[in-house]
Amino acid sequence: MKQYQSWGRYFKYTHQVHKIRWPGRAETVLQTTNRLVLPFGMGRSYGDSCLNDGGLLLDTTPMNRFMAFNRKKGLLRCEAGVTLAEILKVIVPHHWFLTVTPGTKFVTVGGAIANDVHGKNHACAGTFGCHVTQFELLRSSGERLLCSPAKNPDWFRATIGGLGLTGLILWAEIKLKPIAGPYIEEDIIKFGNLEEFFDIAAESEANYEYTVAWLDSLSHGQSLGKGLFMRGNPAKPPYTHMPHRPSGLRVTVPLNAPNFALNRLTMRAFNLLYYEKELSKIKRRLVHYEPFFYPLDAVHQWNRIYGPRGFMQYQCVVPYNDGYQAIKTIVHKMATSGLNPFLNVFKTFGDYPSPGLMSFPQKGVTLAIDFPNQGRATLDLQTEIDAIVREAGGVSGYAAKDSRISAADFQHFFPQWAEFSRFVDPKFSSSFWRRVTTR
Amino acid sequence: MNRKFFINTALGFAAGLGAARLVKSRQDRQRRLSFRNTGPRKVLIIGATSAIAAETARFFAAAGDDLFLVGRNPQKTAAVTNDLQVRGANRVEYRLQDLADTAQHANLLAAAIEWLGGLDIVLIAHGTLGNQKACQAGYDLTEKELTTNFLSVVSLLTPLANHFEQQQRGAIAVISSVAGDRGRQSNYVYGAAKAGVSAFLQGLRNRLAKSGVAVITIKPGFVDTPMTAGIEKGRLFVGPEVVAKGIYQAIETGQDVVYLPWFWGGIMTVIKHIPESIFKRLSL
Repeated sequence: MKQYQSWGRYFKYTHQVHKIRWPGRAETVLQTTNRLVLPFGMGRSYGDSCLNDGGLLLDTTPMNRFMAFNRKKGLLRCEAGVTLAEILKVIVPHHWFLTVTPGTKFVTVGGAIANDVHGKNHACAGTFGCHVTQFELLRSSGERLLCSPAKNPDWFRATIGGLGLTGLILWAEIKLKPIAGPYIEEDIIKFGNLEEFFDIAAESEANYEYTVAWLDSLSHGQSLGKGLFMRGNPAKPPYTHMPHRPSGLRVTVPLNAPNFALNRLTMRAFNLLYYEKELSKIKRRLVHYEPFFYPLDAVHQWNRIYGPRGFMQYQCVVPYNDGYQAIKTIVHKMATSGLNPFLNVFKTFGDYPSPGLMSFPQKGVTLAIDFPNQGRATLDLQTEIDAIVREAGGVSGYAAKDSRISAADFQHFFPQWAEFSRFVDPKFSSSFWRRVTTR
Repeated sequence: MNRKFFINTALGFAAGLGAARLVKSRQDRQRRLSFRNTGPRKVLIIGATSAIAAETARFFAAAGDDLFLVGRNPQKTAAVTNDLQVRGANRVEYRLQDLADTAQHANLLAAAIEWLGGLDIVLIAHGTLGNQKACQAGYDLTEKELTTNFLSVVSLLTPLANHFEQQQRGAIAVISSVAGDRGRQSNYVYGAAKAGVSAFLQGLRNRLAKSGVAVITIKPGFVDTPMTAGIEKGRLFVGPEVVAKGIYQAIETGQDVVYLPWFWGGIMTVIKHIPESIFKRLSL
């Protein structure tokens, strides 16, 4: 049976759950319950923004019907529980793609809107919410609001990045992006330190739609911040060959690894292999979109490798002007912390504005780090990094990732929270929201 | 003896059967039904808004088939229709009908066959899981349950059987239930209706075997759908998409009786073999 946990598996909360297959069921539940409710999709946010301890979850995944697909205009309308994976199955054969996609396709449309997720093309396409043309919102009062940039625009703004707190999104319509085929022309470039990373990032900005970098977080000294830079563009036919889609065989991590499985030694081994598997400085190849956008989706339940203690993901964004020094300090702090940060990702955000009031991205460099949960020390390190981010004028406390930010820090990074809270439905709440709004 | 003991014993038994079943399913895949040609198949789905039926219909839609749906609720039936259209069905149409009104069945089937231009596959999936206690309190509700779950199915199958017998090909799939394998105090009205359906299908299969028509009895175990919303979910529950995949494969390969998921075959074998003298004292 489905586990109602978040992806980091750090919080051990209990919920009452109602599966929502039809909107009428949600109306009944909202009318009759005296608990606080929160919509729940695939549970892919890392922290507690998809959790509601002691409350009720409305599992929207059975509400997963497509409603309309305009193949000429590239407009897709579907219910909130449809996953991006299902959408891709339907649209890619007709030469359409998601304009913005996060690093996993196992998220629902409702969740993608509620977290206003971003991908590897933020500079040229912004966030997921930038391409939502309209949606319907069900409030606990029974009122249904059709929201778009023109209709109920304040509700539209509040609900994009609104963490599921403004009501239940019943369905949404999104604008797709035309593609010639399912392939990406990808470059993988090795960089030996942070300076090189910034050079490659600046050089790639103009000519590459998709950019992302993986960082070996355990190296320091001379090679502090070495890693692999991946950049790509949609490939145009004629193709040199047809890369196969490596999804025939899927692996699942069958059970929890012991807590000690991911230690400094195993991580070093992984990092070494991952970095050194690319022999040449730069490698160009044609790949299917699956391994390019969703490399981790090939391993189901990969979060189990962290063991029963779970893990936390930390993400921040730091503006360019001051960013270089701040990023260097953060990376150095991580590498020398002894807390085994793993799977670190660098991306750049452009100044493409999101309609979302509470949206996270702003122009700058963003860093996402996975920390195995090692208790107090892991929490303290993140608080220290927060201070550096704050100093540099950046933002931390991305709700889709965060597990620990204090209310004061959150309110500093998201001063618009007070304005947003006027749109929060009186019957909706989350563990995250209670954590960051109580002093 | 308690319920848990039974389920565990049955699961052990089921594991043994599972191995045998794997071998069999491989053999089944070899003998595809002869009606499978290259064009879209003509598929009628009755009770199309049920979670299991709607999920099964998606497999036909993805294969580019023609679908005629029958449902009762206008919004739900239209929503399922749109979903199947987007997912790739060649053509989809629906008709609203309260299936308890058996007098309308002949019209309904005629309309479906006319729109589809024939009929290759029918899936009958409508049903209700009525409250057993309420049924015990009076015959009215019991009669209603039996009509919906048994008589209306018979009413549909009677003309359908003649149609398929005449055309000498096709597949009739009906959702029965493991509840029909043995009466239990917790849901014997539903169980009796499903036992009736299973027995009817058994006879029909016997009759239509020589005409090359597949008659498929589907016996799902616990499925997490709106029908079972009021029941606490144990680890034997599966999602409707799991059962749907099994149904689609059973239709494609022309099975006879399928338990879904497969381990229910083992569980029910054990349950059916408990002597009545013991069974009557169990709280099941």
